[in-house]
Amino acid sequence: MLEIPVIRWGKPYESMDQSPVVHFETGEELAKVHQANGGIIKMDMRKAKKARDLLRQHSIEDLIGMCEKAADYYVNDELPMGNGTQTPDEFCRIQSASTGLPEHMCKFNMGKSAYVMKNMGKVLDALTRGLPLDVFSKGYGEEGRGINISYQATTNACGWVLPSNSPGVHTLWLPVIPLQIGLVLKPGSSEPWTPYRMFEAMVKAGIPREAFCLYPGPHECGSAIMETCERSTIFGGQATVDQHAGNPKVAAHGPGYSKIVIGEDKIEDWEQYIDLMVDSLYVNSGRSCISASGIWVPKYGAEIADAIAKKLGTVQPKPMTDPDSGLAAFTMKGAAEAMNNMIDEGCKSAAVTDVTAKYRDGERLIQEERCDFLLPTVLHVTDPDDAMANTEFMFPFGSVVECPQDKFLKKCGYTLVCTAITDDEDFQRDLIDATNVDRLNIGEVRTYQIHWMQPHEGNIIDFLFRNRAFQTEPPPATEV
Amino acid sequence: MSTTLEDKVKAAREAVDKQAVEIVQLHFHPEDGAPYWLEKAKGFDFDPLTDVNCFDDLKKFPLFEDDDLRGGPVDRFLPKKWHDKGRYVFETGGTTGTPKSRCVVDDFRIDYEEFSKTLPDEHFPRGANWLMLGPSGPRRLRLAVEHLCQTRGGICFCVDLDPRWVVKLIKQGKIDEAKAYSAHVIDQAMTILTSNHNVQCMFATPKLLEALALRLIDEDSSIEEAGITGIFAGGTEFTPQWYRFCKEELLGENVYITPTYGNTLMGLACGKPFDPADNFKITYYAPQPRAVVEVVNFDNYDELVDYDETGRVKLYTLTHELFIPGFMERDEGERERPHEKYPWDGVSGTRPFHEIAKSTTVGVY
Repeated sequence: MLEIPVIRWGKPYESMDQSPVVHFETGEELAKVHQANGGIIKMDMRKAKKARDLLRQHSIEDLIGMCEKAADYYVNDELPMGNGTQTPDEFCRIQSASTGLPEHMCKFNMGKSAYVMKNMGKVLDALTRGLPLDVFSKGYGEEGRGINISYQATTNACGWVLPSNSPGVHTLWLPVIPLQIGLVLKPGSSEPWTPYRMFEAMVKAGIPREAFCLYPGPHECGSAIMETCERSTIFGGQATVDQHAGNPKVAAHGPGYSKIVIGEDKIEDWEQYIDLMVDSLYVNSGRSCISASGIWVPKYGAEIADAIAKKLGTVQPKPMTDPDSGLAAFTMKGAAEAMNNMIDEGCKSAAVTDVTAKYRDGERLIQEERCDFLLPTVLHVTDPDDAMANTEFMFPFGSVVECPQDKFLKKCGYTLVCTAITDDEDFQRDLIDATNVDRLNIGEVRTYQIHWMQPHEGNIIDFLFRNRAFQTEPPPATEV
Repeated sequence: MSTTLEDKVKAAREAVDKQAVEIVQLHFHPEDGAPYWLEKAKGFDFDPLTDVNCFDDLKKFPLFEDDDLRGGPVDRFLPKKWHDKGRYVFETGGTTGTPKSRCVVDDFRIDYEEFSKTLPDEHFPRGANWLMLGPSGPRRLRLAVEHLCQTRGGICFCVDLDPRWVVKLIKQGKIDEAKAYSAHVIDQAMTILTSNHNVQCMFATPKLLEALALRLIDEDSSIEEAGITGIFAGGTEFTPQWYRFCKEELLGENVYITPTYGNTLMGLACGKPFDPADNFKITYYAPQPRAVVEVVNFDNYDELVDYDETGRVKLYTLTHELFIPGFMERDEGERERPHEKYPWDGVSGTRPFHEIAKSTTVGVY
């Protein structure tokens, strides 16, 4: 039996408590994962400075080089996994088996993580706006225009409380190590695979293993990480986001409510954008916060909803090994049923029509012995104030909402990714100025086509470093 | 006298059979009995005074509904024989409406005097002072630990800790305020430990002990350097993993810690003495014959599970002040074999009962 230990600043630790990771379809036990307790995290975090000191023995450029090597190891090599080893194919198979994500999607996410590591130099150059990297090692330096600058690390270790069901998020924590900050991960209960494999790939590439902690475990571990790391990130629902709002120590990533909006100037050409809309809803099984959940249009809502529904309404679950498998399974008992009930309840509104119902063969909810599926669902919503106009579920789901262009930004709420199809410069200006929109695409960009040289939900440099004053001499005399 | 474990088990069984009969006779005595049970008896299809002749006969009673412990008059469970004595009322957490309560004369003293006999003097020195790092207010634990300390010749220093306020903070999502409150409690403990009070022993909940130990480490000290030699701690958070972490990393080899399991109804169950061979498994034994713990089938609460099997914890309280036949605890665990020191069934691996665990706020202090 594969056993995966806790990692405490690089050292394996075998806990008295172990939790099984099971195959979502068969119930077969895939691995035993040793469980941390909150106390050991609080104890270990008192030694976090050692991790940063150790990483600072290597230049950021060297660490970037190691990340590039690690990218190759991550994608190509057989790497240690607990008391065993794992090939890339075995990794994809077991990740699919525990998360319900089709294997080809696991492979895609693997490539995505490797891309970010392979291009870490460019990523950091973009996120630091081209600053000399030794500024972050030393804490100060020159910007190149004869101006002193200082970037002070806000923490010795950065914590990440990771989800179980979305392997795509792992790209976000990859820059932490080359920025010479200790990395503290709490893997999701069904997805220990990416954090452990990435850890082994980085160690094989020469990054000191003492810079890493991996703490699988119960909720108290997440709390302990957020309590003791000066900077941490957590993934969760809206309640989690609300709980940590305003806390500068915690970045909470929740639902994205990502959208596509078509301007009045382009709406007559709506048929040209159907593939873009379908892909944005459907790719990665709609499971990501960057998957679209809303299509906002000034008119032709019924026609657009129907055109999308016609393409998605016939999609059915396929075996996880099928390269055409487009739907991820819900492995948590009752989750799919609860979402299905919420949608049914929402469809009772006079403003809401489930357009996919007429194309679907059977019910939206498919319940199997150990997992469930939700079939793609497209709603036509005629009232932008309706509850179903701005909601998100973790499957291919979208609401086509009819809303006048000049009301869109007032009605759309927080939007992680907004793809705007418009040449209207006034509307573009309004979109650029809107602070409720995070990532803005103006043009034909699918919502999930995110460029890794761009910040995501805030710039990690701003999160991990503080730009503060630093002087080595008095300022020039001021003339009065 | 016999000394084999088998003989001890038999003797213990005879004692609990005798206790069951004696306690039922008292609580159902027409003049001296408990008002609650005398009223209840009118609805039974058996006569407790004649039909309870051994412990197993207690299964004739319906399962006890713990909601009956809410509200007044609080002395209705106390036999009238004791109504002219000085009485205490102890409450449970009481986070949802009226708390459950228990009226007591001497039970808490007796329970903790019995428990005191199980503590090793080398780690809990006679005459040493104690720190009670647990809930204050209308709780039995506060007075019981103080009595235990006095029984052993010491003075007990206490902190202010209102767990109901902490539960409110957690339910409102005010985690930072809950942490601040915890820090406030630890501040009080630090003040006591650094004020030359000769404190060598303590009771603590796992969370507070952890917080205190980490605070001391941050101040380049430790529990041992603070002078503590013996600790007893209780709660479902006292898991094998926490036990190991505590012994290996928080306390060190010179500080003794023993797990306990208890509540207002049962008194205090003792932990099986530490044995490396147990691999930190924690096994509790009820203070028989005054209380009995069974591990029963999830689908049939009258049926014991086999040894090492998992079931729900069922509690009987058989004291002169309280009679509870068959109360289903909020915990589950594994049934354990009798031990030389405690020759009756025990329970290990206690954790929140899986069917209600999700709705319970645990570990608030």
